[in-house]
Amino acid sequence: MLWSTLMLALRAIRRNLMRSFLTILGVVIGVAAVITMVTLGNGATKSVSDQISSMGSNLLMARPGQRFGPGGAAAPRFKLADVEAVRAQISGVAAVAPVVGSAATAVYQANNWSTSITGTTNEYFMAGNWEIANGREFSEAEERSGKAVCVIGDSVRDKLFGQQNPVGAEIRIKQFSCEVIGLLKAKGQSAMGSDQDDTVIMPLRTVQRRLAGNLDINMIMVSVAASASIDAVKQQIELLLRERRHLSDLEEDDFRVLDTRQIADALTGTTRILTLLLGAVAAVSLLVGGIGIMNIMLVSVTERTREIGIRLAIGALEREVLLQFLIEAVALSSLGGLIGIVLAAGASIFLAGLMSVPYIFDPAINLLSFVFSAAIGVIFGYFPARRAARLDPIEALRHE
Amino acid sequence: MSGNAPLIRLADITKTYGAGQAAFKALRGIDLEVARGEFVAVMGPSGSGKSTAMNILGCLDIPTSGHYTFQGVHVEKLSRDQRALLRRNFIGFVFQGFNLLARTTALENVELPLIYRGTPTAVRHAAARAALKQVGLEGWEDHTPGELSGGQQQRVAIARAIVTNPIVLLADEPTGNLDSHTSLEVMELISHLNRDNGITVLMVTHEPEMAAYARRIIHFADGQVDNDAWQQQERA
Ligand SMILES: Nc1ncnc2c1ncn2[C@@H]1O[C@H](COP(=O)(O)OP(=O)(O)OP(=O)(O)O)[C@@H](O)[C@H]1O
Ligand SMILES: [Mg+2]
Repeated sequence: MLWSTLMLALRAIRRNLMRSFLTILGVVIGVAAVITMVTLGNGATKSVSDQISSMGSNLLMARPGQRFGPGGAAAPRFKLADVEAVRAQISGVAAVAPVVGSAATAVYQANNWSTSITGTTNEYFMAGNWEIANGREFSEAEERSGKAVCVIGDSVRDKLFGQQNPVGAEIRIKQFSCEVIGLLKAKGQSAMGSDQDDTVIMPLRTVQRRLAGNLDINMIMVSVAASASIDAVKQQIELLLRERRHLSDLEEDDFRVLDTRQIADALTGTTRILTLLLGAVAAVSLLVGGIGIMNIMLVSVTERTREIGIRLAIGALEREVLLQFLIEAVALSSLGGLIGIVLAAGASIFLAGLMSVPYIFDPAINLLSFVFSAAIGVIFGYFPARRAARLDPIEALRHE
Repeated sequence: MSGNAPLIRLADITKTYGAGQAAFKALRGIDLEVARGEFVAVMGPSGSGKSTAMNILGCLDIPTSGHYTFQGVHVEKLSRDQRALLRRNFIGFVFQGFNLLARTTALENVELPLIYRGTPTAVRHAAARAALKQVGLEGWEDHTPGELSGGQQQRVAIARAIVTNPIVLLADEPTGNLDSHTSLEVMELISHLNRDNGITVLMVTHEPEMAAYARRIIHFADGQVDNDAWQQQERA
């Protein structure tokens, strides 16, 4: 009985090609929209979290200045002694790097490029997840004496040297010339959208003496050991810095310790909300598609009430008629679902390429959309048909 | 179900359409017995309740009151599904208005009752073709109702009613849309089915020539049986 009913249903689909096509169309568009939106959203989330992990994981950044309100400029700067204290007194720390930032124009032959200069130690490379693509890090002697050497980022290399090998070349920064001893491996855009490779890194002392003209430190970067708890380390650092800055219990922190995980959470949280939002908009279109099916099914049931009457009159059971309509509706809506899934895969791959986010196949959303479309078929196909199949055959036949 | 019991027995059947002020009594107490193998013509003016009675006999509709016994079974006590099975297995019905599936070929229309009986495809095709041939529609199998004349549609409807080889054939004006030549052909077919296949036939008609094929003529008037008479068989 199931087989012959299946054949009856397929025959009915074939008999009403235009109507079947319209029924499918709503589901196709709905399913394709939902899957595409969610897939792109997932891709965007993934690319943001990739960028964040390229910043270095488990990173804490201590900066002077208050968390809220003005007056940050008045807060005392950190000194190298603070960095040494963190290194010596805090457990669970993998690397500690002082950071002094500055902006300057770098010149090589006829090319010049204004970039950011960072003064730090070798530990910065580890904490910031940087790899040396070519050349080397600073030697101990260079760090100690504040020699004019630098490691440059890939974008600076591109602007100043083109395809040439920069290692060993001398670039001019302000009034001094500086030997390029290393080239960093490219990282790409940061989560905030800035170019992380647009950087020149020098020994701390070099920047303090030649560019900043003081011994201040702008930021202390701390990489937390994998085994240690980020929150615990953060708390210890806050306590230590309060103590070193002689803050009484009543005073607020005049510095803040940021956590990359917090930044990461905030950013991925944003893209996740965006994904949800897009998904919700798309889900509405799926719902509209479903209502379209319902509409067509309702019309078709009215149109087919006579047909139902004929079938009942020649001896079909109510459940056989219902099963036929059910199979028809499920077959149509799941076919629509399948086409939608294929269409979504194509659209997602294309758009992901366009937006340069990774394409990640999400089985859950594909399955969910498919099940939903099939369910729409069942609900909107079955219930109107049930009403007709419950009529007395003669009533159904009289239906105009 | 004893051997002598009539195939069909109606006892004081009434049918009222609508309710209250608008109520209309289409049947006002029908008593009728039809034995196995009979050929009965039902005549009467338009609106006298012939189709209403046929629908009840065909288990398509239920009477407002009274008893209907088919093969010894009390039809009014059956469930919807049981009545559907009676229709499926024992009754062939030709509607006054054909009632064919639109956009469906003649062959598929005729096959339909066999599909619900679960007849295997090959047997089904053969039986449907044979039935269409019997009603003179050989070669028209692939035409849809829209491509057939009224008379041809009528014959497809007859083919669909006889393809299951039913015990009883209920035909509501089966020649109503046919020219006299085709009408006679259809009547020959029906009396052949009655005589040689032993199918009990009840047929509504307005035309005395068609009624003449039957051995018994029942006259309806105002929802009641007015006259019920056996007649001499004129044609052998
Ligand atoms: N569904 C209905 N609702 C209300 N009245 C109905 C309904 N069906 C039939 N009637 C009425 O019942 C009466 C009998 O109708 P029926 O169709 O049985 O007549 P008939 O004898 O078959 O007529 P005809 O020869 O024209 O086919 C008619 O007066 C008709 O108007
Ligand atoms: Mg009638």
